[in-house]
Amino acid sequence: MVLTVYTLFQWMLKLKNKHLLGLKDFPREDIHTILDMAFKFREVLDRPIKKVPSLQGVTVVNLFFENSTRTRISFELAQKRLSCDTVNFSASSSSLKKGESFKDTSQNIEAMKIDAVVMRHPTPGAPMHLSKFIDAVIINAGDGTHEHPTQAILDMMSLKEVFGTLNKLKIGIIGDIAHSRVALSNIYGLKAMGAEVTLCGPPNLIPKNIEDMGVKINYNIDEVMDWADALNVLRIQRERMGLGLIPSNREYRSKFGITKKRILNHKKEIIIMHPGPINRGVEIDSVVADSDQAIILDQVLNGVASRMAILYLFCGESPGKDTK
Amino acid sequence: MKNIKKIEEELILRNGKIIDPFNKKSFYDDVYIKNGKITNAKSISGRARIIDCKGKVITHGFCDLRSHFCEPGKEDVESLETGSNAAMAGGFTRVCVMPNTSPPLDNPELINFIINKAENYPINIHPIGAVTKMLKGKSLAEMSLMFEQGAVAFSDDDLPIQDGTMMRIALDYARLNNVTIINHAEDKYLSSDGQINEGYISNTLGLKGNPDLAESIMIHRDLQLATFLNSKIHVPHVSSIKSIKEIESFKKNNKNITAEVAPHHLYFNDEALLSYDTNLKVRPPIRTELDRKALIKAVEDEIIDCIATDHTPQRIEEKETTFDLASFGMIGLESCFGAVNKSLVIEGNLKLEQLINLLTINPRKIMGFNSDLLAENKIAELVILDPLKKWTFELGDIFSKSFNSPFINQELIGKVDYTISKGYIFSSQN
Repeated sequence: MVLTVYTLFQWMLKLKNKHLLGLKDFPREDIHTILDMAFKFREVLDRPIKKVPSLQGVTVVNLFFENSTRTRISFELAQKRLSCDTVNFSASSSSLKKGESFKDTSQNIEAMKIDAVVMRHPTPGAPMHLSKFIDAVIINAGDGTHEHPTQAILDMMSLKEVFGTLNKLKIGIIGDIAHSRVALSNIYGLKAMGAEVTLCGPPNLIPKNIEDMGVKINYNIDEVMDWADALNVLRIQRERMGLGLIPSNREYRSKFGITKKRILNHKKEIIIMHPGPINRGVEIDSVVADSDQAIILDQVLNGVASRMAILYLFCGESPGKDTK
Repeated sequence: MKNIKKIEEELILRNGKIIDPFNKKSFYDDVYIKNGKITNAKSISGRARIIDCKGKVITHGFCDLRSHFCEPGKEDVESLETGSNAAMAGGFTRVCVMPNTSPPLDNPELINFIINKAENYPINIHPIGAVTKMLKGKSLAEMSLMFEQGAVAFSDDDLPIQDGTMMRIALDYARLNNVTIINHAEDKYLSSDGQINEGYISNTLGLKGNPDLAESIMIHRDLQLATFLNSKIHVPHVSSIKSIKEIESFKKNNKNITAEVAPHHLYFNDEALLSYDTNLKVRPPIRTELDRKALIKAVEDEIIDCIATDHTPQRIEEKETTFDLASFGMIGLESCFGAVNKSLVIEGNLKLEQLINLLTINPRKIMGFNSDLLAENKIAELVILDPLKKWTFELGDIFSKSFNSPFINQELIGKVDYTISKGYIFSSQN
């Protein structure tokens, strides 16, 4: 019922951007709109029948040029809950293996009349590149070390769920900032929403001059924990260790790990987030990840609701519209 | 060790000239030591041992930023114990030891081993940890955990970090603990397998030359990176005019740069190599007389911050071989003061007080060590010097386990008579 009303007032919800390529310069009002809508869909997910007909007749292709488990399942579930038709593509089983270009693959898929593309690609800027030669709506599901806007939206939704607002919220982003698309999208989104952001991690994994984005840097995790309302703890990727950027798991844990000891030493109860997958015992202790102050599984559920809202708002403008 | 004994319960150093580099004062007075600590006249009973210091200089114990004590793994050439004895003989009460051991000091457990073992010896030993695992220049060693165990700085020793990205990562990461990186400056592709300084002498001897460019180009890279990242960097054993110019120019705008020079680069020029003396085969090589003079000038102009011995023991068979096969390095702790005092003060324009700064407060400042050593209640860390004494450096003056010194049979000026450290006293007279 609620959603029918929303469909009627859809014109009020028109977003400024055609695609969701990233959160850089993304309008604050549009983030508000997405978050509000996400909470509505979250209600749907709590119903016994978790399916609505909102995107019936809309066709979405999930183009995954890089492995993904949770993002891909989250998008697929969101699409199914919205009753849209989906096609899956993964690089390993594609004609890319036969030497076809990215452009040809994409244009061929679009020629089969689709409305939207959800794309994960290892190269930064790939979604923007794609937008130059296809007409369908493009949702960036992570492009290399650049952006992961839907993750930032679900992170913001999870924070809003706990704190009620993002304005003036103090968020610490912990870990390998330099190689993290989650960090960059979070910085853009949180700053747009009026939150304060402090980055904390090994100095060689925090890009030089990132303060220009309006964030602070503090290499002392204990000070950041004293300051923050919530921490977004990033995964330490093993391949980074291979490059010699981090000396060892134990050293990382001793300097930046969200350990049980550190949590006990801080009186203020801070909220702990993690985009997954978790390296238990490295960036976060198991007991912390499983504690009440961790909202990691709420983030996963909110991920489906956020992606429903995003698909609905970006693709639902004229359901079943004909692309050329 | 007959020259090093436990200190007497009470000790008076009488009638010496005290040079206090920390408070920048020189004056004549007695120094009182009780139970190894600096005290005052009132605390001393009548039974104290008195050392007559007339005509002598009493000052802080020296501090060396670059020594190889080879333990663990190469105890046949040096150990923490014999290295400490050599240091005491040279007036050094505090020594930073390099990580090129076997295995190298690239983890907190080994740093802990050095710190614990050093407690038994008469000097203070500070380990310098490796920057990269196994000194291979490929991936960061556990710098933070080593720092927590007592590593005072980080270096891959004589293995320069060739990869610019690795050097950048290391300098950046070191900021986590605000700790200094020491990179032996040598572009290995340029130095190739050079044996001695490239120039007239290498041409004369037919030995492959190692150009001064190999050093200055690396220094340029390192100082640019350190300035860009706002990291602390220390340039070890500077040897050439070109390198001095780089350091001088970067130091103008960057207070986090420090540099050292080794005694042998101040004392010898490459003409001494005409005899193919393998004890003079060092890294970086002994350069020309022009370079030597420029180094002395750079010390006077305070472009160079301190003197470090680069004490590098080698087995005799590593040196008693043809020049191309000989190992690099010389020992340097015992001969240091006599050599640099001769080159810089007796033959040069430096005041003794300035030389003492280069051996005491300046290196301590680089490492963040306490420097107010003549204050009451401090554990005595002092030397008694005879600054005008002419003496010939002989095998018997060497306390190191190795004897690879080109200073043997050289006439040096200025001698360490006594060294007092951690409740021990070294006496050159037995």
